[in-house]
Amino acid sequence: MDTHITEAAAPTPQDYKSEVKPIWCPGCGDYSVLAAITRAFASMGLEKHNTAVVSGIGCSSRIPAYTSVYGFHGVHGRALPVAAGLKLARPELTVVVFGGDGDGFSIGGNHFLHACRRNVDLTYVVMDNQVYGMTKGQASPTTEANWCESKLTPEGTGVNPIQPVQLALACGANFVARGFSGDPNGVAKLIVEAVKHPGFSVVHVMSPCVTFRPEQKGWKSTVHPYGREPTDDPALAMRAAMEDDGFGLGIFLAGNRRPFAPAGKPVATLDQLEREFAV
Amino acid sequence: MTVDSVTIAFVGSGGAGVMTAGQMLLDAAANVGWYGLMSRSSGPQIRGGEAAAFVRLSPRPVHAPGDRFDMIVAFDWQNVERFAAELPLSAESVLVTDPTQGEVPAVLAASGARIIEMPIKEIAASVTGGRVNMVGLGAVAAVVGLPREGIEAVVDSALGKKGPAAVQASLAGAEAGAKAAAGWGLGLELAAPTKNGATRWNISGNEAAGFGALKAGVKFCAAYPITPATEVLEWLAPNLAKTGGILVQAEDEIASITMCVGASFGGVPSVTATAGPGLSLMIEALGLSVASETPVVVIDVMRGGPSTGIPTKSEQSDLNIAVYGLHGDAPHLVVAPTSIADCLQTTQWAVHLAEAIQTPCIVLSDQAMGQSRAVVDKPADAPFKAKRLLAEIKDGETYKRYANTESGISPAAVPGMPGGEHTADGLEHAENALPSSQSSDHQKQLDKRLRKLTTYDFGSAWADIEGDPQGEVAVLTWGSVTGPAREAVAKLNAEGRKIRLVSMRLIAPIQPEKLAAALKGVKKLLVLEQTHGAQFHKYLRAHVDLPGEVTVFSRPGPLPIRAREVRETLVSLV
Repeated sequence: MDTHITEAAAPTPQDYKSEVKPIWCPGCGDYSVLAAITRAFASMGLEKHNTAVVSGIGCSSRIPAYTSVYGFHGVHGRALPVAAGLKLARPELTVVVFGGDGDGFSIGGNHFLHACRRNVDLTYVVMDNQVYGMTKGQASPTTEANWCESKLTPEGTGVNPIQPVQLALACGANFVARGFSGDPNGVAKLIVEAVKHPGFSVVHVMSPCVTFRPEQKGWKSTVHPYGREPTDDPALAMRAAMEDDGFGLGIFLAGNRRPFAPAGKPVATLDQLEREFAV
Repeated sequence: MTVDSVTIAFVGSGGAGVMTAGQMLLDAAANVGWYGLMSRSSGPQIRGGEAAAFVRLSPRPVHAPGDRFDMIVAFDWQNVERFAAELPLSAESVLVTDPTQGEVPAVLAASGARIIEMPIKEIAASVTGGRVNMVGLGAVAAVVGLPREGIEAVVDSALGKKGPAAVQASLAGAEAGAKAAAGWGLGLELAAPTKNGATRWNISGNEAAGFGALKAGVKFCAAYPITPATEVLEWLAPNLAKTGGILVQAEDEIASITMCVGASFGGVPSVTATAGPGLSLMIEALGLSVASETPVVVIDVMRGGPSTGIPTKSEQSDLNIAVYGLHGDAPHLVVAPTSIADCLQTTQWAVHLAEAIQTPCIVLSDQAMGQSRAVVDKPADAPFKAKRLLAEIKDGETYKRYANTESGISPAAVPGMPGGEHTADGLEHAENALPSSQSSDHQKQLDKRLRKLTTYDFGSAWADIEGDPQGEVAVLTWGSVTGPAREAVAKLNAEGRKIRLVSMRLIAPIQPEKLAAALKGVKKLLVLEQTHGAQFHKYLRAHVDLPGEVTVFSRPGPLPIRAREVRETLVSLV
């Protein structure tokens, strides 16, 4: 089914927003990501009833209710398998997954690994603020080891953060990009590319937490283009990612893996299946 | 002079072909018109360890494993002491032993059973391509009076593809075994089969559960293997594909259940299967299914617990987690098949109920039913199909996903339906699905999610009620314990007693009025279950006043509760 509107009445980003006021703090990076998502949906002309957004738990995961497409707000860390089940059962839908660094890489880490590997045609937008915002300021798997502002780990975690882009590449994601919420148009473009690209697409969005990581205001000076053209070679992409400082923006990989999409074609009736048991 | 039932065991080390012998005996018996029940036991090794196949045959449907073994055929006695508790014997039993393959273990000989020496290995060697298990099968066939055509049919179907030489070798082995057993005079010839023309199936509980899901219209399964549920999933894999569905192997049980929730959100009826440890992992997602009103079905093939427990043995101890495991007030469906054949209809019913009520349903099967095979009358076709109440959204209408209807069931919008866009949520919500922490919304939605279950008409399938409807003595049980209870009650009623049997298929929501009506007039009640902590009895007591004097027989696995034990307990009550 073609999920794109071909008529002349072009949709606007506003068409994809609901009336619900977000719970986010003023200045939260997620506002810009929401703007980027609705811009991306509008520019693709997606049919609202054939689009579904899936999320887990956390500030970023509140996004589905702020859109006017179908949404599923599930449990912590499990957005990816919910989205995979939905897409596998209803392949004609456009399914986009949203979540944060805790939801995606801590409790959700195993599902992230297998989602990259399985390569179902999904787009996963991770809003990374290197903290757990909703539970009020604990370290996340992307927090630096010596961040001492959390009451839970007052001496710092002492544990090295994971590198989401490298992890996505290592596990086989077919499209890997990084954006910055300070450039919502840039993020919108990445989301469009990611959705259009077949297979599992990861858009890692640096999205500052104004309340628990106010120093992330400085990210606007730290981000930079990562400096290469997108490649379809995962090894090249990985080398670029490993040489990057974690703030490089752009598309690292636009790969060639075939998406995972088993399709059952009915070739037997229930009566025929019964024969296996007949004495 | 024929008998009504014969219970046989083949035992030996893995390479002897014990499991094949048992399977072929059941298949041969089915072929000539008998009914049967077969289960298996093996050591912990993946290959080659000790193995036992237990087969009970009868001209009438078999409900339970036998009270004792009439005959054990041992290809060797390696580690058979491990099975001793599963091999009840008496002085009337017969142990067939190969004198070159070890001594009869003292623990079995102590029964006083008659010992017959049969040089099985030597007989097999005397036949070209002869195998010990075919010799043993032939001996058993002679003892029970199984006509030659039965053996020929199963050998042909098992080995026909390997060519006439293989078939010939097997038949010759069976014949040699039959000849050696010809003079034993054990008096174990089984009564002739009743040829009533009924269509019969040879099926396991796990296959039946998978087939039931398909019959209801399931089109999606996410799977993670676990003993003793794996066969449900392995049966579904090719058969779902053949009927236009999909099975995907997930990375763990949490991914399995959440993929099912996702597929179900897309409107596609979904199922998964697991055992206790997997069900524990799935509990959070089942709560999400309750709160978001997204139906799913989980087949739990129960095994010995807690924790890793006894994976290859049966028990009923997941009742508590199935009923009480979800955090919050999260009423949902729990059903329990009452027999191997009933695994089909009950799973089919579970899918129908889950979709109709938009809530999860746990199907409590167990290893005894799941991994045993039975020859049964083909189950009648049941009308249960997956059919979700879908919303009809009019132009301009604001759709409310969690509308507070009288029945409690809200018309569902599914992606693809214009105007039905909403975000389904595990967060508590208002009727329009938006998150809400308001007390009025929480009360309304809690009431609604309970009301849709308590006001639903479950009909007569909530329990199997048998025996004497006026009986003042009654047995109340569930799941696989129904089998021995059925046999015990039938035998006692045939002797002139008046005993009722109630087997609860609908575990949750409990039906207090129906249960009270089913037990009206009962003066002595026996509650039967295979748990250590009397989970079923405590669950009943939490919701209903049980009538009369109540006796609880609650014993954990791994040993099956036998009909004789139920009979003796009932007799002691009166």
